[in-house]
Amino acid sequence: MSLSEYTDQWLSAVMPQVSEGPGWLTDLRQGAVEQFATQGLPHARLENWKYTDVKALAKRDFSLPKKVDAAELVAEKSLGVQGLRLVFVDGLFSPELSDLGDLPKGVNVLPLADNANAAKTVLGQVAAANFSGFTALNLASWQDGVLIDLANNAVLEQPVYLQFVSTAQENAVLIQPRILIKAGVHAQATVIEHYSGAEEAASFSNVVTEVDLADGARITHYKLQQESAKQYHVASLHVQQQRDSRFTSHNICLGGKLARQDIQVELNAEGAEVYLDGLYLGNGRQHLDNHTLVNHNAPHTNSNEDYKGILNDRSRGVFNGRAVVHRNAQKIEAHQSNANLLLSDKAEIDTKPELEIYADDVKCSHGSTTGQLDESALFALRSRGIDEAMARGLLTLAFANEVIDRIEIPEVHDQIEEAVAGRLPEKFNLKGLV
Amino acid sequence: MLEVKDLRVSVEDKEILKGLNLTINPGEVHAIMGPNGAGKSTLSAVIAGRDGYEVTAGSITFEGENVLEMEIEERARAGMLLGFQYPVEIPGVKNVYLLKAALNAKRKHLGLPEIEAPEFMKLVREKLQFMKMDNSFLHRSVNEGFSGGEKKRNEILQMLTLEPKLALLDEIDSGLDIDALKVVSEGVNSLRDAGRSIVMVTHYQRLLDYIVPDHIHVLSDGKIIKSGDKSLALELEKRGYDWVIEEAAQ
Ligand SMILES: Nc1ncnc2c1ncn2[C@@H]1O[C@H](COP(=O)(O)OP(=O)(O)O)[C@@H](O)[C@H]1O
Ligand SMILES: [Mg+2]
Repeated sequence: MSLSEYTDQWLSAVMPQVSEGPGWLTDLRQGAVEQFATQGLPHARLENWKYTDVKALAKRDFSLPKKVDAAELVAEKSLGVQGLRLVFVDGLFSPELSDLGDLPKGVNVLPLADNANAAKTVLGQVAAANFSGFTALNLASWQDGVLIDLANNAVLEQPVYLQFVSTAQENAVLIQPRILIKAGVHAQATVIEHYSGAEEAASFSNVVTEVDLADGARITHYKLQQESAKQYHVASLHVQQQRDSRFTSHNICLGGKLARQDIQVELNAEGAEVYLDGLYLGNGRQHLDNHTLVNHNAPHTNSNEDYKGILNDRSRGVFNGRAVVHRNAQKIEAHQSNANLLLSDKAEIDTKPELEIYADDVKCSHGSTTGQLDESALFALRSRGIDEAMARGLLTLAFANEVIDRIEIPEVHDQIEEAVAGRLPEKFNLKGLV
Repeated sequence: MLEVKDLRVSVEDKEILKGLNLTINPGEVHAIMGPNGAGKSTLSAVIAGRDGYEVTAGSITFEGENVLEMEIEERARAGMLLGFQYPVEIPGVKNVYLLKAALNAKRKHLGLPEIEAPEFMKLVREKLQFMKMDNSFLHRSVNEGFSGGEKKRNEILQMLTLEPKLALLDEIDSGLDIDALKVVSEGVNSLRDAGRSIVMVTHYQRLLDYIVPDHIHVLSDGKIIKSGDKSLALELEKRGYDWVIEEAAQ
């Protein structure tokens, strides 16, 4: 049975949402409905989706979110980041649990459902509706989200913490956030998207994030995905960069039954640079897929990518990192690496770093490894009395720490390290240590 | 405490130790000297249990137990610790994790509960101070980006925290300037105790000015060819190893 058979079912589920909002928005949504109707959900014959089968997801029934009280769950899952905090329960903004603080001049942080008009010139500018069926679906029927609008030279010192929490509901919920970040000339901000859920939550999060960086802007983006074992998570992050701008992404993927993250970066002018850091850790039968694409559309642009994966049990990881250097994009640097540790015989990784170069004066490197732990380090630890399993655990955590240690927000760093230690096999015995 | 008898060890079919005998009693400090390539590091590696060494004959016992049948970590827990000639860098493993995990492994072996966090921090801060190391070393990855001297100090820091019964120090003095040598020596001297033994491997007399041994052995071509008291070191410094080797050949 082909996935297109499910298209109508999905459309009828989201239809009530399509008519939400002002006229310009419903027009835009209607266009996306048509896009989704032709495109449907991505099937395994598409090159980009060949390792990730969404059929089980396609078959499921989802209902739209309702307002629920989840203060306790939200508190329990919070990373306690100092700064602005916007809480979304099942994708809907929860003003009582949020704290918008005092914003500096030139900074607007607006929950999207109530402020759609403010996003009129931003929505859909960076993420193409046809990027995938999921992107089209999100545009057609996103429910809430945020617009972070930074005027020229506006600097937001404190991070913006976006906390998405899914509750356990009888009917699984379809959660579709839209996150829009627009940074003016030399504007700066840090944004954290954090996803978690109640143990029994079985929702599907379909997230689209758009980031637009003007000349000299600097945005650091954290994507921390810690959803529960029954949740599906599909997200795409689309970034567009102008001259001398810098975008840094920390993408930590720990949760979910099936999780797919796409990152697409357009380096459109000289001096633009992007850092893509990623860590995925799979247990049980988790399926974790990361696809990144960097387009070097202008000369003197740089990209650096470092993704690490740890796969245990029967989990499966997919990494596809593509960097394209377009004609006339001379003097660019593109570096990419993907390293993986397989902790069990039944775990699997499909990794493919891809460089496509249509210019001649470029510095590029790429590589992927699937490896073992360093024997001499293992000996050094055991020679101090640490048993072999724990020594392996420490070295596995160390492998993850190469990515985690670049997290600059202390609360986030410590809690992610702890979460990673806690998700490593029990026998490693790291829980009390970190 | 440690008894090495007629030990023969090969690496990749090449015999390195050729019938080595050594007895270390509690409370003694021994220095093993000898030319480069004599087999000094091989001896310490075999005692610690490093892979790749084949023991073809002889025995090693520690407090009556057969060391060669023990796992690497069991040897450490029993009280034997090796200070490495070339301490490895372990990116991503913080010093504090190594120390805590190692100390708790030892405590478990002794039937003690895990150490409480405040007590542990107090203990390691004292030891750090003694080794003239900054507290920031705790949160740095083990040996990563450390200077040669810092690596050696870090080895001694581990010794001070874990308080082994037998400390085997392989060229702990190499690569140290005079100030670092003093700090390291003070660290080692603070371990001296009637129940604890120390074996230093070195080929410089200089170290022995700071850590005065009870016994000195010359290891050459896989065997101990001469043993004596601390006056032997002075003689070796003046006359080199050749005369000992010649004497032994006769
Ligand atoms: N892993 C090894 N593989 C091959 N040869 C080795 C190895 N380790 C030691 N050797 C050889 O064994 C001999 C003794 O080395 P070593 O024990 O390091 O001497 P020392 O510490 O006294 O300088 C040398 O000839 C050295 O080349
Ligand atoms: Mg040596």
